[in-house]
Amino acid sequence: MSYTESHGAPRASTSMRTPLGRVRNLGAAHSGTSDFWRQRLTGVAMTLLMIPGIVVVMMVLGRNQAGAAQVLGSPWVALILLLFIVASTWHMKIGMQVVLEDYVHNEKLKLAAIMANNFFSFAVALASIYAIFKLSSGV
Amino acid sequence: MVEFALPKNSKITGGKTWPKPAGATNTREFKIYRWNPDDGKNPRIDTYYVNTDDCGPMVLDGLIWIKNNIDPSLTFRRSCREGVCGSCAMNIDGQNTLACTMSMHDVKDGAVKVNPLPHQPVVKDLVPDLTNFYAQYASIEPWLKTSSPTPQKEWRQSHEDREKLDGLYECILCACCSTSCPSYWWNSERFLGPAALLQATRWVNDSRDEATGERLDNLEDPFRLYRCHTIMNCAKACPKGLNPSEAIAELKLKLVERQI
Repeated sequence: MSYTESHGAPRASTSMRTPLGRVRNLGAAHSGTSDFWRQRLTGVAMTLLMIPGIVVVMMVLGRNQAGAAQVLGSPWVALILLLFIVASTWHMKIGMQVVLEDYVHNEKLKLAAIMANNFFSFAVALASIYAIFKLSSGV
Repeated sequence: MVEFALPKNSKITGGKTWPKPAGATNTREFKIYRWNPDDGKNPRIDTYYVNTDDCGPMVLDGLIWIKNNIDPSLTFRRSCREGVCGSCAMNIDGQNTLACTMSMHDVKDGAVKVNPLPHQPVVKDLVPDLTNFYAQYASIEPWLKTSSPTPQKEWRQSHEDREKLDGLYECILCACCSTSCPSYWWNSERFLGPAALLQATRWVNDSRDEATGERLDNLEDPFRLYRCHTIMNCAKACPKGLNPSEAIAELKLKLVERQI
């Protein structure tokens, strides 16, 4: 019986390749561990940065634009925010890629989506970092 | 994209309600998935009534009673009827488990609902096609691999090292775990699934094996291994009480360990 006749999960391929050949496919990529590790690393970093982050938000509360800019531009606050931006955008990039790999099965669409995810994450990170530098340099 | 709806020819239609057994005072209702590859029809759910005074307590006893007394065309796999062979794995009351070790009295409300293991091609009725699942098991090469000269007697192992295989070797390959895993549903062509990865851990942990690094090489892949997001449906489903997600976490830890 071919796979297409059966019910439940449809198999994309009706090729005559053996089941083991299909499972082995192109072989292991020998990667993934770095992303797995970085996701944990950035996750732990964000957990540690949570309390200083909340403190920064509370410092800004109730101030006008000029006051808030002054707080955000001060060295320690800027450093905390920079660390938080790097950790969170990196974490976001990896997390979004995992979701795309899980659910997008069209290879071309997947490549385009992962590329867009990279562009978006880098753009968000750089824009945020630029804003902090701008506030710190008082321009 | 992932398809969340069933294909058109897999949508379940209304089934037949078989008459209650004549003269029976105590009956239990069973609602069972039926699909015949030869009649060209969509699957259906048939309703049966089992005479519990004439039948053992397990769901498998009920299925065998139905096959013997009501409908001989009902198709399912079974063999050992004591939770050792893994043949009668199916979805009972929404949970993947073995029909032989699941008591029909543990299904609390209403009918005992029986479906084939989820998201596998169906051969007939409650029989799933596990070709891909078995090929994935074969792909992790579940045998001892050594380069040293074979000893005159056995390959020796300390008691402590032997204990590292506990919670791994007991797997009966029933496929309850893999077919309960959403990651496996979406990516079963590329993700090895909890059962094959649990067995991969069993061989990675074996102190007698000399191919540990090679085994880890073959697993280190964003899809083969890292599709596991520790959802833990596998551990919940396992009828032998094993924890594949813990075994998979062990593999990930070993891969990090050799890199950092």
